[in-house]
Amino acid sequence: MEKVAIIGVGFTKYDRNSPLTFAEMVFEATSKAIADAGISKDDVDNVVSASSDFWDGRTISSMAISDASNAFGKDITTVEGDGTFAALYGMMRILSGSFGVTVVCAHHKGTESSMNGITNCAFDPLVERRLGIDAVSSAALQARRYMNKYGLSEEQFALVSVKNHGNAMRNPLSLLPMEITVDDVMNSRKIADPLKLLDCSPVTDGACTLVLAAERFAKKMTTNKKRVWLKGVGHCADAFRLGDRDLADTRALKRAAKRAYAMAGIDDPRKEIDFAEVYDAFSYMEPLWLEGLGICDDGKGCEYLERGYFDYGGKLPVNASGGRLSANPVQSAGLYAMAEATLQLRGKAGKHQVRNAETALVHGINGMCGQSHCVWILGK
Amino acid sequence: MPSWKDNVDVIVHEGKISVPYSWTVGSTLSRFYCELRDNGKIWGNRCPSCGKVFVPPKIKCIDCYEDLHDWIALPGTGTVETYTVVRYEEPVLHPRKAPFVYAVIKMDGADTGLVHIIGGVDPEQVRVGMRVEAVFEAKREGNILDIKHFRPMK
Repeated sequence: MEKVAIIGVGFTKYDRNSPLTFAEMVFEATSKAIADAGISKDDVDNVVSASSDFWDGRTISSMAISDASNAFGKDITTVEGDGTFAALYGMMRILSGSFGVTVVCAHHKGTESSMNGITNCAFDPLVERRLGIDAVSSAALQARRYMNKYGLSEEQFALVSVKNHGNAMRNPLSLLPMEITVDDVMNSRKIADPLKLLDCSPVTDGACTLVLAAERFAKKMTTNKKRVWLKGVGHCADAFRLGDRDLADTRALKRAAKRAYAMAGIDDPRKEIDFAEVYDAFSYMEPLWLEGLGICDDGKGCEYLERGYFDYGGKLPVNASGGRLSANPVQSAGLYAMAEATLQLRGKAGKHQVRNAETALVHGINGMCGQSHCVWILGK
Repeated sequence: MPSWKDNVDVIVHEGKISVPYSWTVGSTLSRFYCELRDNGKIWGNRCPSCGKVFVPPKIKCIDCYEDLHDWIALPGTGTVETYTVVRYEEPVLHPRKAPFVYAVIKMDGADTGLVHIIGGVDPEQVRVGMRVEAVFEAKREGNILDIKHFRPMK
């Protein structure tokens, strides 16, 4: 099978109440990505976007970014979900043989609307929506279930917030760089027990774009230093209704990870992955997903965290960028994580560059409490 | 170089989308809600292949993809599997004022959890493993809030 590479990345600085429209943000990210790839806008023949009509406040919102994403005279299609899934679709389009150089863009202006109102609308209007549940309160149910199943504590989850906000201090892009302690997290405002304010990611604006190309184009158009290969991908969805799942069971993620590792030829992810960007919209999610990814055994994520295993200077740095806890542009979060991994693999991540960056894992989710997962393995 | 963009007075337009819907509830959930409304009973349905009982009832078994035509009346009692005390106000979304409790309740006689509200108890007293029973509204309209909440069993 032909390989596909990321040949260009571009993004806006994370922001709150950005003065840009989402189309202006997409234009900034996409023009930067095309310039980063060192290609012409005419070298691109199609666009895959990730967005959410509810967040954008208009239907078929991708049509509103067709100019900004360089889609005029080309083809544009859209994924309603995290950017990692849009990248998957972009790769599939290239591998189908029907498309050449592909722009994958994602945008999110979280600060223009009501997160609770919009995420409430992700629930079935015939059942749970009427209860008023949303992303935060459902995450709280998952956090408690995870604590109860494995005997974990809120203080252990707080360590994720301490680590990732601390990592953000090295990342000039980040929205919430903070030197904080476990006590700061524990004493922050209670949102929905066991979640406090500092366990939750901030509502964020941001657009990110990747340029993808098949091997034959990538090698012609770019230098070795720019190219990062999409080595493996796996995705899997669980049941829609929260009560139909055990919220502390990562069975869908386990399947997604297995597929990604098989495609990338990874036998032992614990040894072969150098760093990871894992979806941490809420602090408890990071250890839970690391277990699902097979980086540690079920229920052991917090122990590894306490030992500093996932620290910036640890054995396997996780969310060296500061993670979603430091900036979470929901729809584009996964694409930012892929752009971050690309810069790390190029050795161009600046002050938060991790050591020996050869193989990266990037994880994105879609749906409440991680209903659906997309796992990427990126490498040089 | 300073950009002209630095000196623009950026305008914000306030807006709201309000679109009415008439969502058909479908035969499976309609039967569930009719039982709630008319008889104050919680029903589930069972997969003929794996035997798993779903509540709220489902169209298909998520594992076997079989039709679930086997209906069962549940006793309306269950155990709190997980819960959260909601501390923030969302007057339009939330059916009651904070603090209040959402829980996933593992229903007796079923294999799935039901997401609902725990009431009739101080939110600080709710625990995982607590035994609870459904309290029904006197006037019922055929939706999930016909169950007023679940309260601790005496």
